[in-house]
Amino acid sequence: MKTTQILIAGFGGQGILFAGKFLAYKGLTEDLQVSWLPSYGPEMRGGTANCNVILSDTPVGSPIITTPDVLVAMNLPSLQKYVDTVAPGGQIYVDSALIEEKVTRTDVDVFYIPATQMAKSQGIATLANMIIMGHLLENNPELSFEGTEEVVKKLVPPKKAALVELNIKALTLGKEYK
Amino acid sequence: MAERVLMKGNEAIAEAAIRAGCKHYFGYPITPQTEIAAYMAKKMPKIGGVFLQAESEIASINMVYGAAAAGVRVMTSSSSPGISLKAEGLSYIAGSDIPALVVNVQRGGPGLGGIQPSQSDYFQATKGGGHGDYRMIVLAPASVQEMASLTIKGFNLADKYQMTSMILADGTIGQMMEPITFEDAEIENYEKPWALTGTNCERKHNIVNSLYLKPEELEVKNFERYEKYKAIEENEAMWEEYMMEDAKYCVVAFGIAARVAKNAVVAARNEGIKVGLIRPITLWPFPQKAIKEAADKVNGFISVELSMGQMIEDIRLYTESKKPVALCNRCGGMIVSPDEVLQSIKNAEKGVF
Repeated sequence: MKTTQILIAGFGGQGILFAGKFLAYKGLTEDLQVSWLPSYGPEMRGGTANCNVILSDTPVGSPIITTPDVLVAMNLPSLQKYVDTVAPGGQIYVDSALIEEKVTRTDVDVFYIPATQMAKSQGIATLANMIIMGHLLENNPELSFEGTEEVVKKLVPPKKAALVELNIKALTLGKEYK
Repeated sequence: MAERVLMKGNEAIAEAAIRAGCKHYFGYPITPQTEIAAYMAKKMPKIGGVFLQAESEIASINMVYGAAAAGVRVMTSSSSPGISLKAEGLSYIAGSDIPALVVNVQRGGPGLGGIQPSQSDYFQATKGGGHGDYRMIVLAPASVQEMASLTIKGFNLADKYQMTSMILADGTIGQMMEPITFEDAEIENYEKPWALTGTNCERKHNIVNSLYLKPEELEVKNFERYEKYKAIEENEAMWEEYMMEDAKYCVVAFGIAARVAKNAVVAARNEGIKVGLIRPITLWPFPQKAIKEAADKVNGFISVELSMGQMIEDIRLYTESKKPVALCNRCGGMIVSPDEVLQSIKNAEKGVF
């Protein structure tokens, strides 16, 4: 796939870094070049967290994203901070259960998913991140939904094996969300 | 080919060290390098190695001094303020001519500074840090793969020349994940007849020490050491050249700054500007030859650094100030953007340095 720069941002504790790891491992299993760069500052402790993931056919240059092709915003401050940085023609995923504001840009594709609400009602409150990832895969066919179970298995520690199924459930919910 | 695995830069250093035969790690936690210690804490007991979290940085570097004197492969790791604390030990290790690997995953300074990535310990790493006439081999990885390969290289060079190799990384390369492969580590084995391994009453005592009270003796020691350093400068410099064949302008950058700069070089080339990149992989020995040769053919240099401009002094030194050198920098934990580098390249094309 052509170089795709994905910026995921939200509160610490929303699984921002985990979602990024999921995409990075997905890229790894598809033989892509990959970089994953987390924020590691004091913002991790309750403030905003973000994660830069780059997937590409060619070697990744700078791992730092300034103009994302894809933005995943899981809280309002993140959307406001990054909405104008998204490349024209890019995609923005908004957790509309937490963000009421609409994106006014017309040169990007915006996907509103009430992920946090969906996750809560399904009893998987901590997996809103993976619902959005499922929707992201659905809208980026070159990443494909196939093989996601293997990827999740790599990510979930053996001690928490029960979470594999729940992650798949969240991904599927996002995939099927219309 | 070996399997590709995703790993953080810090973890890659730790895994590579173990594969290079390092069974002794002494450290003290500090962001952004704590994953090295965490990895060692998990792995060392399983392979019969030693992981020890010391009471301080000063204690840990002196434990490295002791283990190195006994002839084993040993390392410590820290980040900028922690390396300052280790400076005394680095000088003693240099003065005793014994091998060690020290990792600095840099953060912003001076003082306690911040915890975001930086390259402002260039002077400290390449010009001293501790007291006295001494050098360290300084390796600057720009990818997670190089975090691993240069760690192995660092141990080999340290043993070969009986001195400290330093991995000078930064918070970004330490924290980021990239796929890497671990080919079989090429471990070079060097005899260590000087090591304190016990005499078995069969040989004279070895002494590892940096104290020479007779100035005549100390001078000779320093002269000998600098003969060794001269050989290293001649034989061990490493660098990468990118699009330098027809370049009219030369960007010089290492580590994460080189990754950013490469993006800018590609962007500038797309706009028809003939610019290339020299990426020093060893900061000491500095790739003098590459810089000297470039000075004869390009119109000017741009040093891209995450500091107030430290490497730029070496660029000016080895170009013998024949060509102008511009500085494109951010510091304090901020990272230069490809656009900022591109702007510097465009300025250079207009003759603005």
